[in-house]
Amino acid sequence: MTKIGLEIHCQLTNLESKLFCSCKANYREFEINENICPICMGLPGSLPRLNQEAVKKATMIAMALNCTTPDKIAFFRKNYFYPDLPKNFQITQLNIYGDTSIGGTGSIMIGEKKIKIRRIQLEEDPGRLIYEGSSSKNLITLVDYNRAGTPLVEIVTEPDFENPKQVRTFVNIICDLLENLGVSDPGLDGAMRADANVSIEGGNKVEIKNIESFHDLEKAIHFEITRQESLHSRDFQIIQETRHWDEKRKITVSARSKEEDLDYRYFLEGDIPWIIIDSHIKDKLKSKMPESISSKKERYISKFNIPTQVATVLSSDKFYSDLFEKSHSESNAKEIANIITTDLMGLVDTREKREKSKITSTHLKDLADSIQSGKISRTSAKNALYEIVKTGKDLSQIILELDLGNVSDESELLKIIQEVISEEIQAVEHAKSNPQTINYLVGKVMQKTKGKAEPKLTLDLLKKQLG
Amino acid sequence: MNLKISALEFVQEVKNGNISAEDFVAKTLERIQSVDDKLHAFLSVNEEAVDKAQKIDKKVKSGDKVGACFGMPISIKDNMCIKDSKTTCASKMLENFVAPYDATVITKLKEQDAVFIGKVNLDEFAMGLTTEFSAFGPSKNPWNLDYVPGGSSGGSAVSVSAFECIASLGSDTGGSVRNPASFCSIVGYKPTYGLISRYGLISYSNSIEQIGPLTRTVKDAAFMLNIISGLDVNDNTTRDNKNEDYLSEIDSGIVGKKIGIIQEMVGDGIDPAVLSATKDAIVKLEGLGAICEEVSIDMVKYSVAAYYTITATEAGSNLARYDNLRYGYDFSVEGYEFNSYISKARKNFGPEVIRRMIIGGFVPSAGQAGKYFLKAMKVKSKLTKEVDEVFKKYDLLIAPTVPILPFKIGEKIDDPVSLFLIDINTVTANLTGKPAISLPFVISNGLPIGIQLLADSMQDKLLLQAAYALEQTVTLPEVPI
Repeated sequence: MTKIGLEIHCQLTNLESKLFCSCKANYREFEINENICPICMGLPGSLPRLNQEAVKKATMIAMALNCTTPDKIAFFRKNYFYPDLPKNFQITQLNIYGDTSIGGTGSIMIGEKKIKIRRIQLEEDPGRLIYEGSSSKNLITLVDYNRAGTPLVEIVTEPDFENPKQVRTFVNIICDLLENLGVSDPGLDGAMRADANVSIEGGNKVEIKNIESFHDLEKAIHFEITRQESLHSRDFQIIQETRHWDEKRKITVSARSKEEDLDYRYFLEGDIPWIIIDSHIKDKLKSKMPESISSKKERYISKFNIPTQVATVLSSDKFYSDLFEKSHSESNAKEIANIITTDLMGLVDTREKREKSKITSTHLKDLADSIQSGKISRTSAKNALYEIVKTGKDLSQIILELDLGNVSDESELLKIIQEVISEEIQAVEHAKSNPQTINYLVGKVMQKTKGKAEPKLTLDLLKKQLG
Repeated sequence: MNLKISALEFVQEVKNGNISAEDFVAKTLERIQSVDDKLHAFLSVNEEAVDKAQKIDKKVKSGDKVGACFGMPISIKDNMCIKDSKTTCASKMLENFVAPYDATVITKLKEQDAVFIGKVNLDEFAMGLTTEFSAFGPSKNPWNLDYVPGGSSGGSAVSVSAFECIASLGSDTGGSVRNPASFCSIVGYKPTYGLISRYGLISYSNSIEQIGPLTRTVKDAAFMLNIISGLDVNDNTTRDNKNEDYLSEIDSGIVGKKIGIIQEMVGDGIDPAVLSATKDAIVKLEGLGAICEEVSIDMVKYSVAAYYTITATEAGSNLARYDNLRYGYDFSVEGYEFNSYISKARKNFGPEVIRRMIIGGFVPSAGQAGKYFLKAMKVKSKLTKEVDEVFKKYDLLIAPTVPILPFKIGEKIDDPVSLFLIDINTVTANLTGKPAISLPFVISNGLPIGIQLLADSMQDKLLLQAAYALEQTVTLPEVPI
């Protein structure tokens, strides 16, 4: 049986500052090496100053993943030499001297499958290496320390995954969960990274490092399983090793160095005293945590009678569920859920489009109300939505400008209905004997009005005309 | 002008208009010019010191608010960062490092109108107890130029002792303030761990070291402590002392206080002169109304081994960043070819730093940690427990600061183990985080002997009261330079 385990690194991108200094956690907007200070550069004499917000947010993540949370946590030094590490050690957490990491064992379900979590730790991100030069001979490595010290939460799972698809489902859940908690924006470049370990039946464990996006994670695992299976089928031994994900060639490559033999000489970070997170603090944090995705989903189903499928989609995405929460009322909830999941999602299906989108909760509320009161048809609503996303104008203005308002003038509608009746003699006969087929005639009226005929009025008038 | 006055006397004289800070600082610079060729306390002298003092004088004259130091010239051990000035740690590795920020203690002293007269010598990265491991040459003991001044804050002790400044800041990892204070016959204070912010002190062994003042009198130490102690957001290990005033009630006396004489620190290997000085001190303390009893702290005999294991481990990590990529001589704008670079990575370190980094790489490594590092941590926690127990019965502890007299330059440099063992009486305060003070007590055949007192954590005020009481019973000759 194939076994896959993950180490997921999530930056807490929504925090104001880095883990040990007041430089920005959101380093992306800076010129190279501009978001730095004596602390995150590890200058002589500087000391780490723990960001208490990061501790709170990481604790929330641990609780959201059903992990145990110890009452006392500690930080350790992981000593190794690398140019992206300003101090040549990383301040991180581990559990070899007792459970001192911010999160202990936990689990989440993906469908029927339980994925166990071994540990959650809070640590500092190193700087970023930039490679320049084409061949290995003139390769130049440059270092950008803007990222150094960014708060990073590492989620370590047990090797409970059996295939890449489960991995994908899991990371999607993790992304949604982090976004819902408001701790991170998983869509930001480099915000979510992963290492994976993969072993097939009868083979050794292989670690894949440096997978810089979740998009590549599934590919890397898939590649690695195929590689191992192909070796195995030819009776080659699968050696235990560390491999790197080559994102250009989309293959894993042996790391060659004996990274797995590195001795990190872990010991307690004396510059950060033990941190007490007692039940009082935990209760307070719990009360501040936003409603979980599953609880939202259940509420949508039970309170508004929204179909399970729609509720699942709506609740798992913070962007949409926030819009929904702000716009819905008891009476229009279902309509709004529909607008979001059938129309809006298609219009803003990428991060860029979402960021550009001008839609607000007021727009959604107006749209739903106008549909329900018969002011505009669903088709027109869809057109209006397109304009709203693009321009952000008021719905009333858009209806005027694009002439999207329903034809609800009785005499005008009657004229069109009579036209239809005269053209569709056979259908009229059918409708008379079988009232259910009247919808065909309604459709014809809609065609002539380009979808703007007020549906209820049209039906009433038609029925009257047919006697 | 008399340079041989205490910090409190200086403040009084400037306040009363009897002297100006500018004159005093100028004279102090002259003194440095005339004696430091022989002593080598200073690694750099602050060219702007006189200007700074002049500005403070103006404030005094115009009646503006003046900080508590009134332009007092203070020397700073060269492992603390002063913005825009070189901070070398007496190492080739940091020979050209200009700190871009102030250490918290520096900020606090600046706010109180201190004048930094210069940066003073130390053993490279504060590793050593003679200053012989300074990459820029040893300092000399003002009591006898052939002798070591102690260390690692040797430059601090020399500069205070030889009147090249009024007070100094040193750092004490295993005795580095108290040892040179003892060897140079001045007061050296190592406060409770966490009482003074370490932000801007270049780490050697961060879990046990503290900044501490070196002064002429106990009152001066209390005065300095008032300025530089307290909670600091930049150092998570600092403790809130609620703005304690260490000067007030310093003359409370020690009637009825119980003092334990640490047996493990007055036993084998102690110089007879040091032992006899310790006995004298005990008699004097009893004369002041204290009750002195012998006490045993068994773990002390393992303390030096534990100390060197822990400090080497932390040093190996703290100094890992000095890898010649970011600091050091061979900086080339073209960069390095990675593999050829590795062989040069540590070449700007001196022998003692390299020795400790090698030990520091070994003792916590996989397969060795259980035998060395973890065992040392156990000794540390057992020792702390024992000392905590002792402080349930005693208010203070006493022992000589150093079991031997100052020795000649070059005498022990080739025997690191015998050098290590000299720390036996000082490392306990560091490993347990307790405050300790070295008080100049007697000059024996021209060489100073210091007496050490220890108190429980956050009992710094009591410790200073006791040291002050004992100090009043002592008269010492003037330094012969």
